[in-house]
Amino acid sequence: MKPLVLTLRARPEQRLDLSPLVPHQLAGKTVDEIMRLALNTTRRGICVGDVFRLRMGEANSIRIEGDGNRLDMVGHEMRDGEIVVDGDVGIQAGRLMSGGRLLISGSAGPWAASGMKGGQLQIAGSVGDRLGGPLAGEMAGMRGGVVLVNGDAGDRAGDRMRRGTIIIEGKAGAHVGSRMIAGTLVVRRAAGALPGYLMRRGTIVLGVGCTEPLPTFVDSGTHDLVAMRLMAAFVSTLSARAAGLFRAPLRRFAGDMAVLGKGEILVANRGG
Amino acid sequence: MPLTVRGVRIDDTFAEAFGMRATAVIITADSAQWARQAAVTMTGFGTSVIGCGCEAGIDRELPPRETPDGRPGVRVLLFSVSTGELQKQLQSRVGQCVLTSPGSACYAGLKGEERLKLGNALRYFGDGWQISKRFAGKHYWRVPVMDGEFVCEATTGLTKQAVGGGNLIIMGRSTRATLAASEAAARAIAAVPDVIMPFPGGIARSGSKVGAKYKGMSASTNDAYCPTLRGAVKTALDADIASVLEIVIDGLSPQSVASAMRAGIAAVVRLGPGKGALRIGAGNYGGKLGPHHFHLKELVR
Repeated sequence: MKPLVLTLRARPEQRLDLSPLVPHQLAGKTVDEIMRLALNTTRRGICVGDVFRLRMGEANSIRIEGDGNRLDMVGHEMRDGEIVVDGDVGIQAGRLMSGGRLLISGSAGPWAASGMKGGQLQIAGSVGDRLGGPLAGEMAGMRGGVVLVNGDAGDRAGDRMRRGTIIIEGKAGAHVGSRMIAGTLVVRRAAGALPGYLMRRGTIVLGVGCTEPLPTFVDSGTHDLVAMRLMAAFVSTLSARAAGLFRAPLRRFAGDMAVLGKGEILVANRGG
Repeated sequence: MPLTVRGVRIDDTFAEAFGMRATAVIITADSAQWARQAAVTMTGFGTSVIGCGCEAGIDRELPPRETPDGRPGVRVLLFSVSTGELQKQLQSRVGQCVLTSPGSACYAGLKGEERLKLGNALRYFGDGWQISKRFAGKHYWRVPVMDGEFVCEATTGLTKQAVGGGNLIIMGRSTRATLAASEAAARAIAAVPDVIMPFPGGIARSGSKVGAKYKGMSASTNDAYCPTLRGAVKTALDADIASVLEIVIDGLSPQSVASAMRAGIAAVVRLGPGKGALRIGAGNYGGKLGPHHFHLKELVR
């Protein structure tokens, strides 16, 4: 399939809202129609043609080239197809996406995968704060799908996460899995302070532990759980390194007892 | 005209079978022994829908590479006459016999066109401590139990294309020879996928006819095939037959039942009349009740 390629001409003068550049929005559009799509986030109008060179192809496969940490909302509400970004992206990459595949070869800003409902988001670099988290006023964060971060994640990854799986191959910042409602979050290397802060349900797997555990989690002992075999098989399809965490018994901490207390933090007994 | 193959007489008749609802589950455990134990317990008292609510049996044992959690497993099939009864039997049998078995886990064993509740029905045993997990398009329940956790997939598949009542009637000159032929047939059928033989060891000695002289009896002994009643009733047996056994086969499709019957006949013929059976027949009701007719002659070809 010949992809539709958008190449950044130069660093944009303002942050850009790339939410119109998703497969289902571009399907059936002509070159002219695509070039006229508005991307501005300030009062000064900017359309696709002003900042991108376009090489037409199948709308189901979009490639965005250029170093663009000002490229916000990439893959917003994406339903299907594939978007490959060759470089960094800004805030809210993959927000509300419900299907398809979004691959970012660089790093992503905060609120990546915010409110994500399905599909797969892979970030080869690192990601900012509140990965999968809700925006202000929203009740839940990520509600489905799979996120794989090959690098590190900022603070509050998985905040208010309700369903789905997040795998962070590197380190995570403070309050990972804060206010989690359910779902699964895996951090292969060290996590920051207070993981699982106010989590109600859900599973956090830590490869190396954390800098400061919460006192409101209780030690349930070390267990070789059948469910982790299933999880390992699934994770191994995405990250062989993260799957390695599940190959030995895990120490289980139940909490956060300050709230419902039906969540769990599983800690590997060896370094990740 | 009966056909004779390597000295074994094959009746010019057919097995008459019925449409059924069926489901399947995969049971795993830390060892093949415990997976088998859970499966055997779950399928106990599951010989006939007439008295057991369902017909259940082990389809096959699964090596670790073929199970969802990489442990040894067993695939169990359950057949019943209605979706409601099948759901009830599945829930009570998995709840009482698999959930209770050390180290067990239970997964969907069939995609099917509809879903039956599996973990979705059993999760309440966790008394609020059960954990829901969804990944890779599947939904599991983790129920805390005294040896760790019972992992159970939320639902399993239901098929309405299943067939129950495929059968072979194996007749010989002695009980020993007839049993040897039946055992050979049962071994051959056990290797056929998607079928079960719900009776003990796959073999029934008390084949039945519809109705009885007693009020309230829906089935009674198949007197035409009882060797001790020869002369007293209208018998179906030749003078050289002294023992009759039946293999009943349920399958997930008409094709699987036909394959099983074919394998069973071939095994009996291979053993021959010297050590095994003299004759193979099949049970039917004149062809008016069941939609599936498996003609023995066609299965021999």
